[in-house]
Amino acid sequence: MTIIAKKPQSLTDIPMHYCPGCGHGIVHRLMAETFDELNIAGRVIGVAPVGCAVFADDYFACDMVQGAHGRGPAIATGIKRSKPQAIVFSYQGDGDLASIGMAEIVHAAVRSENITIIFINNAIYGMTGGQMAPTTLVGQVATTAPKGRDPKLQGWPINMCEMLSQITGAKYLERVAVDTAQHVMAAKKAIKKAFENQVKGVGFSMVEVISQCPTNWHASVEQALEFVRTQMMPQYPLGVFKDEGAK
Amino acid sequence: MPRIEVDANRCKACYLCVSACPKKCLGKSKTISKKGYFPAVMERPEDCIGCTMCYMMCPDVAISVIKE
Ligand SMILES: Cc1ncc(C[n+]2csc(CCOP(=O)(O)OP(=O)(O)O)c2C)c(N)n1
Ligand code: SF4
Ligand code: SF4
Ligand code: SF4
Ligand SMILES: [Mg+2]
Repeated sequence: MTIIAKKPQSLTDIPMHYCPGCGHGIVHRLMAETFDELNIAGRVIGVAPVGCAVFADDYFACDMVQGAHGRGPAIATGIKRSKPQAIVFSYQGDGDLASIGMAEIVHAAVRSENITIIFINNAIYGMTGGQMAPTTLVGQVATTAPKGRDPKLQGWPINMCEMLSQITGAKYLERVAVDTAQHVMAAKKAIKKAFENQVKGVGFSMVEVISQCPTNWHASVEQALEFVRTQMMPQYPLGVFKDEGAK
Repeated sequence: MPRIEVDANRCKACYLCVSACPKKCLGKSKTISKKGYFPAVMERPEDCIGCTMCYMMCPDVAISVIKE
């Protein structure tokens, strides 16, 4: 008997609290597989965000801290600089990273901190019940945009990969999705690369994951996948925005 | 022969695995789990090719894929 695929060792046995079909759990698994495959599990220190992933420290079998909202990159900077042998990640939602944490993510990229950022873009504040995020799509309904986001009132969505690609210190930026098995495989490759870069000392690496939030999109799981494909991807095209890992 | 196991104590019945299976092997259980869901179940084990697509889509890491 050979086991071809099962829960990676870098995840604990604790069942995750995410809603059925939520993208967070898929991304956690891809990260844990990466830790196992790169043999870095004992060196990883993570920063959990404020957001639905606030309990991520229960699920990853590594050392973790839980940071104040948006401050993950600053905390990860401190950990990495005081423990250069550690492999340090900051896991953040779009409300966390692109709103209150905008300054921290930009300046971590400016300094090219040798850390890995996993950025979960679900175009909404999930944990607090569906308020508008900076990434919310034009026309998308949120509790704070009950008639749908109107650029005249709330501006336009922000594309973090594109924006950070202007910064010299940002070395690897890729946007992926987890709506199909093919996309999940591509997401795994990107996440693995973002951690390999840190092992090699490449500098600031970020993977943005377009992630389904069926609950706050008020959609079934199937409808949420459809929303990813027909609404999210035109605004947030998948692809590599910067890759200076080899240089 | 490849086969899969679904951990009914982790499964939250999102059925991402059901739609991901290229061989349409998986279905929805008719009995409720302790967690309160109708978990995914293997309906046509003879058709499973061990491709791991179901495992890849599962957000709750409830699926193991095994080759005998
Ligand atoms: C300093 C501070 N401001 C606001 C909040 C309230 N708050 C909790 S989670 C959250 C947003 C979460 O959204 P996101 O980062 O997109 O994560 P998601 O839940 O969607 O994964 C906010 C505003 C807080 N906890 N701390
Ligand atoms: S609210 Fe959305 S992001 Fe949060 S756990 Fe539920 S589906 Fe996932
Ligand atoms: S391993 Fe492949 S064929 Fe077998 S149940 Fe899973 S998705 Fe279907
Ligand atoms: S993908 Fe996982 S959680 Fe969803 S129905 Fe299948 S086994 Fe259950
Ligand atoms: Mg969010």
